[in-house]
Amino acid sequence: MTDTASLPRRNGSAPALRLAKRVAGLALTLAATFLGLLAITFVIGRVIPIDPVLAVLGERATAEQYEAAREAMGLNQPLWVQFGLYVRDALSGDFGKSLVTAKPVLEDVARVFPATLELATIATIFGVLFGIPAGVIAATRPGSLADQLVRLIGLMGYSMPVFWLGLMGLLVFYGELGWVGGPGRLDTSYEFMYELDVPARTGMILIDTALAGQWEIFANALSHILLPAGVLGYYSMAYISRMTRSFMIDQLGQEYITTARVKGMPEWRVVWVHALRNVMVPLITVIALSYANLLEGSVLTETVFAWPGLGLYITHALFSADMAAVMGGTIVVGTVFILLNMLSDVLYRLIDPRARA
Amino acid sequence: MSLLEVENLRVTFATEAGPVEAVRGVSFRLDRERLGIVGESGSGKTMTGRSVLRLIRPPGRIEADRMAFGGVDLMRISEREMRALRGRRIAMVMQDPKFSLNPVMRVGAQLTEGLRLRDGMSAREARAKALEALEAVQIRDPERVLDAYPHELSGGMGQRVMIAMMLIPEPDLLIADEPTSALDVTVQAEVLRILDALVRERGMGLMFISHDLNLVARFCDRVLVMYRGRIVEEIEAQRLSQATHPYTQGLLGCLPKIGGARGPLPTLARDAAWSE
Repeated sequence: MTDTASLPRRNGSAPALRLAKRVAGLALTLAATFLGLLAITFVIGRVIPIDPVLAVLGERATAEQYEAAREAMGLNQPLWVQFGLYVRDALSGDFGKSLVTAKPVLEDVARVFPATLELATIATIFGVLFGIPAGVIAATRPGSLADQLVRLIGLMGYSMPVFWLGLMGLLVFYGELGWVGGPGRLDTSYEFMYELDVPARTGMILIDTALAGQWEIFANALSHILLPAGVLGYYSMAYISRMTRSFMIDQLGQEYITTARVKGMPEWRVVWVHALRNVMVPLITVIALSYANLLEGSVLTETVFAWPGLGLYITHALFSADMAAVMGGTIVVGTVFILLNMLSDVLYRLIDPRARA
Repeated sequence: MSLLEVENLRVTFATEAGPVEAVRGVSFRLDRERLGIVGESGSGKTMTGRSVLRLIRPPGRIEADRMAFGGVDLMRISEREMRALRGRRIAMVMQDPKFSLNPVMRVGAQLTEGLRLRDGMSAREARAKALEALEAVQIRDPERVLDAYPHELSGGMGQRVMIAMMLIPEPDLLIADEPTSALDVTVQAEVLRILDALVRERGMGLMFISHDLNLVARFCDRVLVMYRGRIVEEIEAQRLSQATHPYTQGLLGCLPKIGGARGPLPTLARDAAWSE
């Protein structure tokens, strides 16, 4: 029996090799998930009661035209060959042409997605910046006035319909007070300036104008995005603050918190350093999911604020039976989900050493 | 004047079904000695220990006529003064290092945060001091342990780290709350030996909370036996086998003995009168 204790040596491969293995594993998972996503959209595309040939040719096509088009679209081939073609096209970025805009779907999505990305990102930043502190403060004083207030704000966030809140926001802050810009991403006059003077690098107006140094347009875009981002951010905050509160209450009951207090650590450090780091582990997933939800494009918000984003695009496409556009949009949304899940996985490992082993 | 004097300590929890008294009027003194507190689960021994640190969370409430540590009445000082005492002069080792160490902080950061935050020590100084503390609890490669996370340590190592962390500020009183219950028997002996040596060398007072009668009899100078929030007997550890209180006798009677009778062990008899 020894009187000393030592750490077990890590057995197995060198760190570099382990990292390479992990990256390879991640890439494989990613590829498999993406293939699954394509399979699902493919199947949906085949089972919906819309004939893709008729959708392109119109009702009055002759039988010969119909057959020719069917062959050109590869629909006479066996199903698995069709799927192969579908995957090949998807990988080369070809999701077909939108019937409504007569442009390649990818081009359309590249135009509308940045609008949604911009909105969702600002909303999520808002939700995180206010939601986490609100949740922490509520958790440290359960039952207090602050806790009740956070709960009330959260409850309102859960129960008020977004179109109502959006309309009220427009009525008050745009219509009455004139503090913010109205619907759309820019005032009409600025839209032309933006088209002409600002090179479209990212499609996100705030970033593009900042890069071009066009601060006047930037300010106008900011005044337009504040209200919709605030409305979406409010929902995100309601969710994040609730989850933070419950995770934090759970962590504050843990024994390592007592240890920190025994060491004489001040309360702010116990809560904001010791406990919060542990709260971040599950919270990362919550934030990523809430962000992904917003990136789908919030149809109602985009409608109320006439925001030309992905949600509006997919909804329009759906109403006009523009299946190529719907499927293309679905694949984009699915890919965003996959990527965000992966990102949260990576962050999770960064924060929680136990997940790295 | 004793190091710690506790008079009529009460810990009450307000619940929806009315107040629950976990500790009901406990008085004792502790000098620079090893005082054992034994009792079954729920007898209030842990609550007694944590009361001394004033670390009972709401809805729990601590009341005492007097709880003097080094002549200072802990019931009358502010939270800030209490925090200063906690950091430097009173420390506590808890049951299971798996839970009592912060899982997402490196061991080194946890060992040195007191030195750096409270004593304003530089990173290098604090690290040197932490290394010294780990060597004192006989950890072989302290450099690597400092850079490890708690889940990479075994239970015995975790508890050594915990002891090192608590002894860095050289406290006058160490409360050890079941410090070896979560460890393997062989590791238990090592951890106890380390604890014992440190307490002797540094002349600290030790409050040793345990449900293990044999352990307490061997390890401590004096033993308090608690039952339902009260002290029912106080006795020299060596004379524990001659305890007079029926509850203590009952506890001793429940212990299996090697070479003893093979029949079922007696169940513990309880008498409502003992808790009055």
